[in-house]
Amino acid sequence: MMGSENPGFEESHLFASREEMENLVLDDPLTTTTTTATNNNNSYSSFRSAKSSISDVATRHPLSPPVLSTPAESDPLLSPPVFRNPNASDNNSYIEPPSYADVIFSPFDDNSANEINRVDSSSHDLDSSLTLSRSSSSTSDYIKITVSNPKKEQETTNSLVPGGNTYYTYLITTRTNIADFGSSEFSVRRRFRDVVTLSDRLAESYRGYFIPPRPDKNVVESQVMQKQEFVEHRRVALEKYLRRLAEHPVIRQSDELKVFLQVEGRLPLSMSTDVASRMLDGAVKLPKQLFGESTAVVAPHEVVQPAKGGRDLLRLFKELRQSVANDWGGSKPPVVEEDKVFLEKKEWIHDLEQQISYASQQAESLVKAQQDMGETMGELGLAFIKLTKFENEEAMYNSQRVRAADMKCLATAAVKASRFYRELNAQTVKHLDTLHEYLGLMLAVHGAFSDRSSALLTVQTLLSELSTLHARAEKLEAASSKIFGGDKSRIRKIEELKETIRVTEDAKNVAIREYERIKENNKCELERLDKERRVDFLNMLKGFVVNQVGYAEKSSDVWAKVAEETSGYAKDSC
Amino acid sequence: MEQQRSLSGSSQSPRSPSSQPYLSVSVTDPVKLGNGVQAYISYRVITKTNFPEYQGPEKIVIRRYSDFIWLRDRLFEKYKGIFIPPVPEKSAVEKFRFSAEFIEMRRQALDIFVNRIASHNLLQQSEDLRTFLQADEETMERLRSHETGIFKKKPADLMQIFKDVQSKVSDVVLGKEKPVEESNPEYEKLKHYVFELENHLAEAQKHAYRLVKRHRELGQSLSDFGKAAKLLGACEGQVLGKAFSDLGAKSEVLSAKLQKEAHQLLMSFEEPLKDYVRAVQSIKATIGERANAFRQQCELAETMKLKEINLDKLMLTRSDRVGEAEHEYKELKAASEEATRRFETIVRLMNEEIVRFQEQKTQDMGIAFHEFAKGQARLANSIADAWRSLLPKLEACSSA
Repeated sequence: MMGSENPGFEESHLFASREEMENLVLDDPLTTTTTTATNNNNSYSSFRSAKSSISDVATRHPLSPPVLSTPAESDPLLSPPVFRNPNASDNNSYIEPPSYADVIFSPFDDNSANEINRVDSSSHDLDSSLTLSRSSSSTSDYIKITVSNPKKEQETTNSLVPGGNTYYTYLITTRTNIADFGSSEFSVRRRFRDVVTLSDRLAESYRGYFIPPRPDKNVVESQVMQKQEFVEHRRVALEKYLRRLAEHPVIRQSDELKVFLQVEGRLPLSMSTDVASRMLDGAVKLPKQLFGESTAVVAPHEVVQPAKGGRDLLRLFKELRQSVANDWGGSKPPVVEEDKVFLEKKEWIHDLEQQISYASQQAESLVKAQQDMGETMGELGLAFIKLTKFENEEAMYNSQRVRAADMKCLATAAVKASRFYRELNAQTVKHLDTLHEYLGLMLAVHGAFSDRSSALLTVQTLLSELSTLHARAEKLEAASSKIFGGDKSRIRKIEELKETIRVTEDAKNVAIREYERIKENNKCELERLDKERRVDFLNMLKGFVVNQVGYAEKSSDVWAKVAEETSGYAKDSC
Repeated sequence: MEQQRSLSGSSQSPRSPSSQPYLSVSVTDPVKLGNGVQAYISYRVITKTNFPEYQGPEKIVIRRYSDFIWLRDRLFEKYKGIFIPPVPEKSAVEKFRFSAEFIEMRRQALDIFVNRIASHNLLQQSEDLRTFLQADEETMERLRSHETGIFKKKPADLMQIFKDVQSKVSDVVLGKEKPVEESNPEYEKLKHYVFELENHLAEAQKHAYRLVKRHRELGQSLSDFGKAAKLLGACEGQVLGKAFSDLGAKSEVLSAKLQKEAHQLLMSFEEPLKDYVRAVQSIKATIGERANAFRQQCELAETMKLKEINLDKLMLTRSDRVGEAEHEYKELKAASEEATRRFETIVRLMNEEIVRFQEQKTQDMGIAFHEFAKGQARLANSIADAWRSLLPKLEACSSA
C-alpha cells in the first residue's frame, strides 16, 4: 500500500542535513515564524486564506473525505519533524494578491477541537464552495473513536505453556452525542481477536451491505516486525477501521458496534467463527441425516445464513450440487439473477475497480517522484552551501566572494524548494489516499455481492428441493392409490413427506425474503457508494489541485527572487 | 554567444565592426558520418576575424573531436603556465549511441572550448590555433595522426638535454629519493584550494545531474498518472468523469514541460558545472607542469654546480679535458638558465591565470545560476497555471 512508500525513510538519512538546512536559513529574511492552521483563522483576512483554513476544518467533516487516522506523531506515513519545522511556512512574506501561496497547508490538524467530526453551522456555509459535504442536511450527530495506549497482557486461561501467551490490548475511546449510546464518553480495552469477532458478526447481520473490511491478521508480520512497530501499525489500522464503521450510516447504529465500544469484557464468540466445532457438528449431523434419523431439512431460521458459514454439511452439499447444476446442467435454474440493471452495475464496478487500482499505482509513483525531486534538490542545495563556505574561507580574490554570495542565494532557494516538495508530497499522499481507501471499499462491495449470490443459491436449492419433494409425493400418491384400502406405510410416508414439504415451503419463503432484502440492501448501498464516491473523488481532485497550485506558487516566488538577484549576469539574448 | 565569451574586449560593436581586433568562432552543424564502430561526428567550425595573420575575414572548415584534442594537446605543451580550456571527455560508450542530447552537449562544450582560446590574449596568438581554424582536412588529418610520432622527438631541443640530465643525474647522485618541491606557502594554499575545490564541485555536479534525472522521472510519472486519470474518467463518466479527464490532460501537458525543463537544466546548469570541474582539472595539469619545471630547474642548477666544481678541479690539475669540460659547463649553464626562465614564466603566468580564472568562473556560474533560477521559476509558473485553470471547472462540478 502507499503507506509503505514511506517518506520517513528518506527523512532519517536527511535528518542531519535537514538540521543543517534549518540552521542555514535562519538568517534569511524570508523566514517567518510558525503558525498553525488555527492561528491562521485569526490572522488572515484575505478571502482565499480564510477559505483554505476553513477547508482544513471542513475536511474533518465526518461525512466527507475518509477521515485520516491519527495526528502526525503516531502516523508512520509521516515524520513529525517536517511539520514541527518552524521555518516550514512562509506566509506573510507574500503579501501581494491573495494567492494559494499564502495558504498554509497543514496536513494534520494538530489535535485541536477541530478534530471532532462535526460541522459547525457557521463553517458549513463557507465550506460549500471548496469542499463538498456528503450529507445534504447539516446533522450534528457525531461519533469520534480513538485507539490508543497499547498494553501487553497475559493470557490467563487455556495456556498450554506456563508463563503463557501474551497479547496486546488497545484502549478504545469513544466520544459521541448520539442518544442510543447512553453516555457521551466511554472506553473499553479490546484485543485484536475481539475485532475479528465484531467483523464476523457484522458480516452475518448485515448481509448485502458494504461493510468496511477489517484489518488483516498479519500473522507473518507480527512475527517478523519489531514489536513496537507492529503494534503501532495495528493501532493505526484499528482506528481507521472503527472510524469507517462509525461513518457507515447503518452500521454505526448496530448493536454489535455498540456492544464492542461500550461493554467491557470478552466478546462472545460467534458460532460461525468456530470452524472446528462447525465441522464437528456438521459431521455429527450428517450420518443422522443420511440414515434418515433426523430431518434432512433446512430449518427456516438457518436459511437466513449462507450455507458456507453454517454447520449444516448436508445443506452445503445440496447447494454445491445446485451450483454445479446451474453451471453445467442443461436446464435453467428456477430463479436467476434477472436484474439487468444490477448485472450491468456489477460489471461496471469491476471495471471501476481496475481503473482505481491502476490510478492508485500511478499515484504512488507520482508521490515517489515528488519525494525524490525534493530530496535531490535538498542535496544540491547542501552541496552549494558547502561550496559557499569553502570559497569564503579560502577566498583570495573578491570574485570568489561574489561567487560565494551567488551560490548561497541559489543554495538557500534550493533548500527551500526542497522543503516545499516534501510538504507538497505529504499533502499529496493525504489526498490521493482516497484512491486507496476506495480500493479497500471494493472488497466490501464484493462481499455484499457474494452475500447476494449465496442467498440466491439458497433459494434455488430450496426450489429444486421442493420440486423434487413434490415429484416424490406425486409418485407415492399414484402408487398408493392403486392399492385398495390404502397402504399404511405408504400413507405414513406421504404424511411425512407433506410435512417436509411444508417446512421446506416455509424455509423457501424465508429464503426468498432474505434474498429480496439483500437485493434491496445492495441497491441502497450502491446508491450511497455513487453519491459518496462522487463527493470524495471531487474533494480529492480539488485538494490535490489546490495543493499543487499553492506549492508551485511558493516555489515560483522563491526562484523568481534568485533570478532577479542574478539578473546582472544575464546577457541580452539569454 | 561568441561575443559573451570574448574577454579581450573584442565584442563586435555595432558601429565599427572592423576597427577593433576580433576573433570569433562557432562550432555548429554536427553531422554523423561513417558507420558502426567507425562512426564519428563532424562539426562545422566558422571563423570570423580581422586578425592580420588569418586568411581573410571568414573561414569555414570541417573538424572532428580528435582535432580538438590535438589542439588542446599542442597548446598544453606550448603554453605551460596557462590554464588550457578543457575539452569534453572522450566517451567510448556514448559515442556508440550518439544520442541527440549527447551530440548537443558535446557541440556546446567544443564551441565554448574554442571560444575561450580565441578570447585569451596569449592563446589566441597560437599558430596551432590558426592551423586548426584554417587548414584543410587532409592537412589536419596528417597532423592529427603524426601527433604521437613527430612531436615527441624534437632533437635540437633543450628538452632533450633536460631529459638526458634527468636520466643521468639520478637520485643516486643527488642523494635523495623524494622529488623536489617548492616551499612557497601561498602556492601551497593555492594547491590545496584547487584540490579541495575539485571535490566540492564534483559533488555539486553529481547532484545537478541527478536533479536532471528527477525532472525526467517526475515528468514520466505525471504522464502515467494522467493516463490513469483519463481512464478512470472514462469509466466514471458524467461530471466526475470529465473532471478526471481534464486532470489527466493537464497532467500530460505538465509532463511535457518537465521533460523540456530537464533538457534545459542539463544544458544550462549541469554542463557549466561539469565544465567547471574540467577547468579545475586543467589547473591541476598546469600545477603538474609547474612542478616538473621546478624540478628541472633544481636539478640543472645542482648539476651545473657540480660541473663547475669539477671544472675548477680540472683547471687546477691542468688536465687536457678542461676544454671539453668547459664546453659542457657552458651548455649546462645555458640549460639551467633556460629552465629557470621557463619556471619563472610559468609562475608569472599562473598568477595572472588564477585571477582570470576566478573572475571567469564567477561570470560563468552567475549565468548558470540565473538560468537555473529562471528555469525553475518558469516551470513552477507553468505548473501553477495549468492546475489553476482546472479550479473553476472543479468548483462547477461540485455545485452541479
